[in-house]
Amino acid sequence: MTSFPWQSAFEIREQVISGAMTAVDVTRAYLARAEALNPKLSCFLYLDHEGALAAAAQVDRAREVGEPLGPLAGVPVAIKDNLCTRGVRTTCASKILGNYIPPYDAHVVEALRASGAVIVGKTNLDEFAMGSSNENSAFGNVHNPWNLDRAPGGSSGGSACATAAGLAPLALGSDTGGSVRQPGAFCGITAIKPTYGRVSRYGLIAFASSLDQVGPMARSVREASLLLEVIAGHDERDATSADRELGAYHAACGRGVQGLRVGVVRAQLDQLQDPEVRGAVEAALESLEEQGATLVDVALAHAKHAVSVYYLIAPAEASSNLARFDGIRYGLRVSGEDLADTYARTRGQGFGPEVRRRIMLGTYALSAGYYDAFYLRAQRVRTLIRRDYDAAFESCDVLCTPTTPTPAFALGEKTNDPLEMYLADIFTLPPSLAGLPALSTPCGLAADGLPIGLQIVAPPFEEEKLCGAAQVVEDACGLVTSHPPAFA
Amino acid sequence: MAGYEPVIGLEVHAQMRSRTKLFCGCPTDYGAPPNEHTCPVCLGLPGALPVPNEKAIELAVRAGLALGCQVAPHSRFARKNYFYPDLAKGYQISQFELPLNEKGHLDIEVEGEAKRIGITRIHVEEDAAKNLHGIGSGAVTLVDFNRAGTPLIEIVSEPDLRGADEAEAYLKKLRDILMFIGVNDGNLEEGSFRCDANVSIRPAGQTELGTRAELKNINSFRFVKKAIEHEIARQEGVLQGGGEVVQETRTWLEAQNKTVSMRGKEEAHDYRYFPDPDLPPLAFDAKRIEALRQALPELPEAKRARWQKDLGLTEYDAGVLSAHPEVAKYFEAAAEALAKRADKMKASEAGKKVGNFIQSEVLRHVSTDGLSATFPVGPSAVAGLLAVVEDGTINGKIAKKVFATMVDTGKSARAIIDEGGFAQVTDKGAIEDEVRRVLEANPSQVQQYKGGKTGVLGFFVGQVMKATQGAANPKMVNETLKRLLDAP
Amino acid sequence: MAEPKIKLDEVLHVAELARLQLSDDEARQMQAQLDSILGYLAELDELDVSDVEPTFHSIPMDAPLRRDVPVPCSDRSEILAEAPESEAGGFAVPLVLEVDS
Repeated sequence: MTSFPWQSAFEIREQVISGAMTAVDVTRAYLARAEALNPKLSCFLYLDHEGALAAAAQVDRAREVGEPLGPLAGVPVAIKDNLCTRGVRTTCASKILGNYIPPYDAHVVEALRASGAVIVGKTNLDEFAMGSSNENSAFGNVHNPWNLDRAPGGSSGGSACATAAGLAPLALGSDTGGSVRQPGAFCGITAIKPTYGRVSRYGLIAFASSLDQVGPMARSVREASLLLEVIAGHDERDATSADRELGAYHAACGRGVQGLRVGVVRAQLDQLQDPEVRGAVEAALESLEEQGATLVDVALAHAKHAVSVYYLIAPAEASSNLARFDGIRYGLRVSGEDLADTYARTRGQGFGPEVRRRIMLGTYALSAGYYDAFYLRAQRVRTLIRRDYDAAFESCDVLCTPTTPTPAFALGEKTNDPLEMYLADIFTLPPSLAGLPALSTPCGLAADGLPIGLQIVAPPFEEEKLCGAAQVVEDACGLVTSHPPAFA
Repeated sequence: MAGYEPVIGLEVHAQMRSRTKLFCGCPTDYGAPPNEHTCPVCLGLPGALPVPNEKAIELAVRAGLALGCQVAPHSRFARKNYFYPDLAKGYQISQFELPLNEKGHLDIEVEGEAKRIGITRIHVEEDAAKNLHGIGSGAVTLVDFNRAGTPLIEIVSEPDLRGADEAEAYLKKLRDILMFIGVNDGNLEEGSFRCDANVSIRPAGQTELGTRAELKNINSFRFVKKAIEHEIARQEGVLQGGGEVVQETRTWLEAQNKTVSMRGKEEAHDYRYFPDPDLPPLAFDAKRIEALRQALPELPEAKRARWQKDLGLTEYDAGVLSAHPEVAKYFEAAAEALAKRADKMKASEAGKKVGNFIQSEVLRHVSTDGLSATFPVGPSAVAGLLAVVEDGTINGKIAKKVFATMVDTGKSARAIIDEGGFAQVTDKGAIEDEVRRVLEANPSQVQQYKGGKTGVLGFFVGQVMKATQGAANPKMVNETLKRLLDAP
Repeated sequence: MAEPKIKLDEVLHVAELARLQLSDDEARQMQAQLDSILGYLAELDELDVSDVEPTFHSIPMDAPLRRDVPVPCSDRSEILAEAPESEAGGFAVPLVLEVDS
């Protein structure tokens, strides 16, 4: 049995069910650790002691009276602060939401509660999930637990950090262009971006609606797969939610890769500037081969356009999604001379620089005279990117790429050049644009101790394949028991 | 002075009578206290998502089919982006490219001339909230979101109308149809049927269109005509004075009897339409469209023609009885019930009798409210009353008195007659005694009759009826008179 | 010097459309940043995509339809509690003049 705080969700549930520990004790322990370490890491925006202990007590009561316990009974879970939690402050790390308290739970939050999970708090993020370093939070940036001077990645940096540093065994993030995978890679954990529509977006505060998905984050593939099983499924409140049968994601982790055809984009690997990332990815591919997979060369001719396509589509949708923050029904209001002035002040002062930049870019891309040249053209190129995947999946079952071109960059390194920050998303954006499921799992450590992530991509709704392949990589590289030294 | 030809196109917004809003389950009923009929979706709370209402979409298709439109196999929701306090999300969900219905028409008649007006499109969209002024402290505008999200169709005509009369005829007919197919309650004053008019003028004979003004806020048929006539006159004045008509939005101010510019509010409108990423395309296959076409209620024009052909009504009567869908239903039900009750009565005879009675006696007791109407007694009660007239129990004159009692007491005709001595004198002996008395009292008229002036028969009938205070059965009086007078 | 992809007055116009107050400095900085980003995005111009259908929804599906059955509404007091200003059951905003006459 692994000891606190590194036990798995399975172990915690086991202990709670057997009575070795109460859910309340487990929750207290994680809350205390989070309370103690958060000042260093800034991964939590809010710790919900009261709500968490009440939820834990309910699990303990259920156990006492012999009620059936859910798959996450007594397991603490951290939640990205762009997911609505009834009665608990939800901010999107933005000043514009003020002390907004949602009157309802997001679908995934309901699913967690029903599974017996204990929601311990709300994690930090880039404001409205826009960013790749977590430096766009209005409430201070998160630190990478492997090296506090490094970025944890973004936008789900708080969730990745909390999980990696043992402040919670599991976390939920959201992924629009890589926002669970990239921080997962930077912080050395497993993160899954499900197929678009696999997990309901109801209650996820929208960034780019055609791309957003809630994704599980955990220190092991099995835990992430279990969490996916809990949150996935059809929801009538989200018109884009897929009404399809769920996979057995957790079970799929034990299936191995015998006969699996793994697509590799050679040209992409060869162009990698960072030899350590390349080495780690090559090693992961070898281990897949050793376990019976075959490597297949595939081409994604249009993937190089993904940054441009994404940075037109996502800001365009965001410019519209964020129009509701107008200081009338909720959140911040900065009063001006009249209505127009009040709007402009509220939004001008309520949104941070990156959010303003993307609203501007998106508004421009949709405005009269530019719609065809920018927005529509980007959606057409998106079709080419999708078609590349369709063709690639004729000859392979999953595709492997690095998650990021480099391990975690330094805090402050890219803040002055938005474009450079965007370009770091080159590997995570193409699957997002195609709606495909993608997973990042650690495949090595760089010489300076920073984790490196492998991204695995599958055809729509074939998350099971991701879980099976990632488990093989996890077993081979043996990093699942490595923890950030400063927090181990 | 050279004549000008007005060119008018109308945009009608009609609320659809579904029970719930277009994208959420809040009720659409009027009259609730402000913001009582709201939820996260129609308030545009962060994270809430729209799901289209099946009934509303079907009503919109019904309207399309009734107006000869082609229903799109795939249509698309789009966001219309602008800021206004009555718009919860900062965008309205509407349709732009690929509307639900296109290319329809409506045939109108003005001064006996038939004319076909093209309908460009009928699309579905959500209504805005209501801005309330002068309530509370009066220093602010209060927003009530009860109406926000109510389903609307926008019916856009071609610029085929050539005058205020045609516009009025078009609107009346459109309203009539929408009411009869159960789509809209036709309530202009309460704003459930709203009209904007695009008005321009051009020198007679010119094919090129003049610059148009958009007239808003026309909320009664009387205003429509007046507002359009005023606007045409205003534009003529501008052109004759050597000026140019400016493209702008103008609003009709009834109190001041003029249209005024709404400039300033229209500055730089750039709605940045784009397909709503929260809503996949709406699909309608041919089979479903056909089923909806089959289920389309009878249109008022067809109904009136059928009544004239089969139910013995004149064009005028048919018009009166089809002024409201519930009155039409009432008439049909009563006519059918009477034909069933009265032996061997033809449908046309029953229709005529019922039609006359409803017009002369029932209608003044009927009140309508939107699509519903309140009747003093049920249609079968009216049929029951006319049936006892038919079987000779009472005459038409007494029937009116009986009906008045039915309205007051809610009792059936039969019960009232049994209680109240309204029954006719059908005693042969009694009638013959009365006839003999009348003949004896009027010997000179008897001579006239015998001399061939059979027209005096009516005089005798009248005298007998007078003597019996209308209670004698007129048919029997007639027969008895003839028998006695014709006796040698 | 090459013509900028976006001029300052366009930045100001877009900021107006988006209801974002920008100071003069912020507007200038925004112009420089958007210019650089738009400069990069122009790489898409090399592709001829006129015959390619756009992908508005990455996973093709038809809109599901909801049954027309009312569900309970939100608690108004809970909703209004979040409003910066409310009065008489309504959300209060600076006076809106519907018509300039």
